[in-house]
Amino acid sequence: MADSGVTDEPGTKDDVHRAKTEGKELSKEEKQRLRKEKKQQKKNKEKKDEKASHESEKKKNKEEKPVSAAAPASQPPTQPSTQKAPSAVPAPAPVPVPVSETPALADKPAKTKADLKAERRARQEAERASKQAATSKPKAPPNELQPVVKRLPEHVQVDNPGVLKKLAKKLERQQIPLRLDYGYKVSLFSHLHQYSRKAPLTQQLSIPSTVIHPAIVRLGLQYSQGIVAGSNARSVALLHAFKQVIRDYTTPPNEELSRDLVNKLKPYISFLSQCRPLSASMGNAIKYIKKEISNIPSQCKEEEAKRKLLSCIDCYIDEKIILAAKAIAKSSIEKISNGDVILVYGCSSLVNHILCEAFEKNIKFRVIVVDSRPRLEGREALRRLVQRGISCTYVLISAVSYILPEVSKVFLGAHALLANGYVMSRVGTSQIALVAKAFNVPVLVCCETYKFCERVQTDSFVSNELDDPDDLIVTRKGKTQLEHWQDVPSLGLLNLVYDVTPPDFVDLVITDLGMIPCTSVPVVLRVKNVDQ
Amino acid sequence: MPGPDKETDLTERIEAFLSDLKRGGSGTGPLRGSAETARETTALLRRITAQARWSSAGDLMEIIRKEGRRITAAQPSETTVGNMIRRVLKIVREEYARSRGSSEETDQQESLHKLLTSGGLSEENFRQHFATLKANVIEAINELLTELEGTTDNIAMQALEHIHSNEVIMTIGRSRTVEAFLKDAARKRKFHVIVAECAPFCQGHEMATSLSKAGIETTVIADAAIFAVMSRVNKVIIGTQTVLANGGLRAVNGTHTLALAAKHHSTPLIVCAPMFKLSPQVGRLSSLNSQFTICISGEILSKVNVHCPVFDYVPPELITLFISNIGGHAPSYIYRLMSELYHPEDHEL
Repeated sequence: MADSGVTDEPGTKDDVHRAKTEGKELSKEEKQRLRKEKKQQKKNKEKKDEKASHESEKKKNKEEKPVSAAAPASQPPTQPSTQKAPSAVPAPAPVPVPVSETPALADKPAKTKADLKAERRARQEAERASKQAATSKPKAPPNELQPVVKRLPEHVQVDNPGVLKKLAKKLERQQIPLRLDYGYKVSLFSHLHQYSRKAPLTQQLSIPSTVIHPAIVRLGLQYSQGIVAGSNARSVALLHAFKQVIRDYTTPPNEELSRDLVNKLKPYISFLSQCRPLSASMGNAIKYIKKEISNIPSQCKEEEAKRKLLSCIDCYIDEKIILAAKAIAKSSIEKISNGDVILVYGCSSLVNHILCEAFEKNIKFRVIVVDSRPRLEGREALRRLVQRGISCTYVLISAVSYILPEVSKVFLGAHALLANGYVMSRVGTSQIALVAKAFNVPVLVCCETYKFCERVQTDSFVSNELDDPDDLIVTRKGKTQLEHWQDVPSLGLLNLVYDVTPPDFVDLVITDLGMIPCTSVPVVLRVKNVDQ
Repeated sequence: MPGPDKETDLTERIEAFLSDLKRGGSGTGPLRGSAETARETTALLRRITAQARWSSAGDLMEIIRKEGRRITAAQPSETTVGNMIRRVLKIVREEYARSRGSSEETDQQESLHKLLTSGGLSEENFRQHFATLKANVIEAINELLTELEGTTDNIAMQALEHIHSNEVIMTIGRSRTVEAFLKDAARKRKFHVIVAECAPFCQGHEMATSLSKAGIETTVIADAAIFAVMSRVNKVIIGTQTVLANGGLRAVNGTHTLALAAKHHSTPLIVCAPMFKLSPQVGRLSSLNSQFTICISGEILSKVNVHCPVFDYVPPELITLFISNIGGHAPSYIYRLMSELYHPEDHEL
């Protein structure tokens, strides 16, 4: 008792000190109460727990390691959340305190201020740990096989008002205008956005825009008006715009380039996805850039860091797009023989490249270009091929079953390849693959590996893009039937952009890693992830 | 004299009809529905029967065949004309046989037994003259005309047997028969219709506006999206230009793709076709190419072949059901109906 009485007084003094220094989280009285209770507990269990504390310390270390490995990075790694740990934490932490206190008591007059500070720090940490343990008790224990919780992208949750509100708040914070949906949406697609081309987002921006870099504004306008279209073209344009952004970037004082630049890019990406939903290839490119930026070491000078980033981007474009195209062309040319009649759909930069390369190698073949309303992208492909001197035929997609008996091979481009083997491409591709299968014509899909995507999808409804419905309106024989479609309540126009082709329609996928069947896409993704 | 006037009047009418057909079929696709063409053809044939000079059934059949060949040559794609001519020829044969007193059944069927026992084809030269033949033939043609008047309604009356509520029905292009069919069902049931626009003429737009004005929930899609939306479709109901003898179809461009997509998703494909569209021709027909304007710039247009077929052939395996004015049939039954409508000797005009 004498001991406890003696120890109490310096304890209370220390308590007051600690309360002054800490003071933010708990009120003084609460802190004092907590400490007094713990001290009593400690002294009662002191000797018993000394040995037990050593054992539990070891246990605590072991537990903390797997717990921190399993828990996602968002949770602080040192947070022990099992039932055992909280009891272990206050036990070892306070145990050294009374241990240090008792010699301190003995040598109290000889203690320096530094020693006192060290003691206080140790006690503060112990209190903090105990408080964390106390609050973390109600949390559930994490499993080793914690399921990966993927956040659903906002652009497929338009029918959820909560998500829309969150998006509006986020855009307001980033000072980007919100783009409004247009026209009557078909009920099957009420979970997707439908914008009008006549109301681009840039009209709602103030000029000059201080938040968004002008290169990004220009890019957004090009996307929403369809001036830059096609998976590769959009990715390359995006990367060039980001290069410009990086060149014009200066690190603000007291900020690190690796963190600040990533934060600067976030509103740009929001803006671009408002102009037109991001494609899978763009998503992969953005992930790559963000990774490269955050990997910049903090002691790197700004100029050097910028140079490094620019060269990384150039390297990405060269490797993943240009060299990949060359590799794919080389493999594809083996599949084209003299006298072939090749059917292509729409305008795929990769397929056009392959055909031009094959023509350079003096292979005799002719091409049938299939086109579809309302985009009529086949005209562009036709123009490019005819300029090279390739003999072409042009049909609309409704005539595919008429022309297919003449065809020997079908070459299709892809927007993305999904992890369950489905090919996501321009709407109409699955139709062509279906008819080709019915006529026993081989279907070859050409796709670079950077377009491979971890998503899975089985139909064209759950995730798609709705284009401007007014594009379907056309004048024939002097009459525009659908001109006033908005006035008719039960009439809707549907202008889909993408569709998914099941893997049983596709015979071969030609990638820069070689020729693979459609079902090997998850294997390639795994290999890529392991490499990175 | 009334004779020559009548004749000139008749030739004038035939010429007018021919020029109408030619104009209607060239370039921009048929301007009027097949039902109208069928009715006008039948009316014209009645006039020929009434006004032309003939003494026996054989003469009449010769005249009809001659005019028929001219008319079909003017517009080969319009098969209803040929079908009506064959129907009238069959009517003439029937009336002749009835006037002669022999039963119709045994005369028309060339059975193996008959071939072996009678020792050769019975020569039927239709040379006998019957006074009442003209009146009988005209009466029969009138009956045919009334039948033609009611075909669309007969088909539309069957709509409720095939459409239940909350269905999603897909169709392509514009068919007056299907339009009437769907509108009739919409009076009692609520369902959703998806119309494929059928480029390049985009007849689907007209169909969609007409259906939506009747209060049916309609969606217009591009041809390219047919397979993409097919997984949510419960039935495909289409019209056709011609039904072939093997149960196949000759329908508007894009129908074959639609049929393949429906087969892939095991969606029933229902064809609404009145009986006058049945044609004795079999198998793939050479498709017509029509001119249409697409925005290819002039310089490459000369180096490019452009194809724009008007019709598609759909094989009978892809079709589930035919709905005609006399009820529903499987594609395998069509050949039997054909033999009831036309005489085998008339298959080639």
